[in-house]
Amino acid sequence: MRKFVAAAALMALAILPVQAQSADQILNASYDISRELFAKVNETFVAKNPGKTIDQSHGGSSKQARAILEGLEADVVTFNQVTDINALVKGGFVSEDWQSEFANNASPYYSLPAFLVRAGNPKGIKDWSDLVRDDVKVIFPNPKTSGNARYTYLAATAYAKEAFGNDPEKVKAFIAKLFDNVPVFDTGGRAATTTFVERGQGDVLITFEAETRGIAKEFGEDKFDIVVPSVSLLAEFPVAIVDKVVDKRGSRDLAKSYLDFLYTPDGQRILAENGNRVNDPAVAAEFKDQFPEVRLVTVEDVFGGWDAIQKEHFASGALLDQIYGER
Amino acid sequence: MAAARASTRPPRVGDSPSVRRALIGVVLVVGALFILAPLVVIFVQAFSQGFGVFAATLAHPDTRHAILLTVLTAALAVPVNTAFGIAAAWAITKFDFRGKRFLLVVIEVPFSVSPIVAGVAYLFVYGLQGLFGPALEAADVKILFALPGIVLASMFVTAPFVARELIPLMQAQGRDLEEAATSLGASGWRTFWSVTLPNIRWALLYGVVLCNARVMGEFGAVSVVSGNIRGQTNTLPLHIELLYHDYQTVGAFAAASVLTVLAVFTIVAKALLERQGAGRARRPSLAGPAAKPAGGKA
Repeated sequence: MRKFVAAAALMALAILPVQAQSADQILNASYDISRELFAKVNETFVAKNPGKTIDQSHGGSSKQARAILEGLEADVVTFNQVTDINALVKGGFVSEDWQSEFANNASPYYSLPAFLVRAGNPKGIKDWSDLVRDDVKVIFPNPKTSGNARYTYLAATAYAKEAFGNDPEKVKAFIAKLFDNVPVFDTGGRAATTTFVERGQGDVLITFEAETRGIAKEFGEDKFDIVVPSVSLLAEFPVAIVDKVVDKRGSRDLAKSYLDFLYTPDGQRILAENGNRVNDPAVAAEFKDQFPEVRLVTVEDVFGGWDAIQKEHFASGALLDQIYGER
Repeated sequence: MAAARASTRPPRVGDSPSVRRALIGVVLVVGALFILAPLVVIFVQAFSQGFGVFAATLAHPDTRHAILLTVLTAALAVPVNTAFGIAAAWAITKFDFRGKRFLLVVIEVPFSVSPIVAGVAYLFVYGLQGLFGPALEAADVKILFALPGIVLASMFVTAPFVARELIPLMQAQGRDLEEAATSLGASGWRTFWSVTLPNIRWALLYGVVLCNARVMGEFGAVSVVSGNIRGQTNTLPLHIELLYHDYQTVGAFAAASVLTVLAVFTIVAKALLERQGAGRARRPSLAGPAAKPAGGKA
């Protein structure tokens, strides 16, 4: 037994130096489904910057924010929710003006809620209005628990607001009908995908456009079609330097050059190849065929920002609860 | 003799062959559907794209590190919990003191508390927003989101396993032998090594095996404190979840198959130990007088 413990301790010593604190090594805390994306980004970045190391941590982005607040030493964050970076601002880890530190509101790429339908689109689903038809079953996770589904909810609401001239009762009725068409609310995006793909439930799965591509790739491109509605909600993927950590570790330069890399043509190309829309005009033109035209509205324009959304829609007893509870 | 007994007594459930067969059949079908089938699916999925893809997934540095980290965590957590379990069982069964029942309850707490609660509790103790977080930060000691946190969380969840295996056995064995050894002049250590340990060794190994299985499979508590850094703090169960969420179905199932194989090894080891233990109990001469209480019971 004693030898065993000694061996284990030696092994621990052998592993621990990997976590050595060095300014040539930074940790990127990212959301849960960006593993493959950042594996490619990091490979290219390191090839261009020899001797540097980028470590990756993945998890739900709210969980990641919480972990950083509790001491996870991430130098940069690449999240899928603006609100989660705002949590870091409140905790004093990220500076107030983080959105002006990088271009496009510090969002090097973006996506939108889009539809994944069965091959050949047998139900002829083209737009949000088709989702409330009686013969259509819709799959998306529970907006109470899934950030992904919150975007779906907000995009549908934005569409309804336009279609019904902001009439709150009609908007509410539209969303209620949409919810009625959902046979089962899973807790997360991955579970909803399983329901749609493996259990064969529903006619359309709503999730980020970037993810519809991943699903089609994984489960068979010939089995599904991607439908982009006429209008959708801009989903930003914000990035930020975690000031408190980089100041302590002296890694600000590397952190900055890493996030800057995401905006370079090389970085943008990798992002686009993985199904994300990018702003670089040359790269966007290169991938024009992949990304159908869509009119995007923003959270600020339609809802007046995330704080207002939280109060009006997602707070306990607010609109979402009312509609969801009435079912 | 059995037939005569059956005719004089009212029939019990299971006496009739049809009832017996129906019960056995139900257990077999339920077992196959709910336990065996999912396990088979793991392996079918893991090899669904051929052995090459399976091997490539396992050869990936992150997967290899996850396996290594899981084994390392077990290598650190299990010995500590073993020592703790023996000490706790020894104290509870061989001595009388105030608060003994309370100690028993405390030892069992991790059994009834959800692992996620354990993880969150560690956040509150060692996190930056927590009790000791700022002090640890100032001393530049990393507990959370590093190996120590993972080992601590695993240890918490599996703390009762060894003690729970030992306490009933040591209670049944009583303390006569230890008292005899002491009265003959043996020191505490000598009594433990020569009298107590030989008596409990199979139960102890059994507890260690269970503890090990649980440490390797622990997800909830570790998920909270690990920080999910790939190639650094991602244990095998966390790695499986990550791959699964990332639509790497084959990878996820390949990693899951490794964990399953580790678990199956554990079960086989446990079965072997049980046979060994039963054999020992039936041969009192091998274990000397120490085996008498157990032998008498069997």
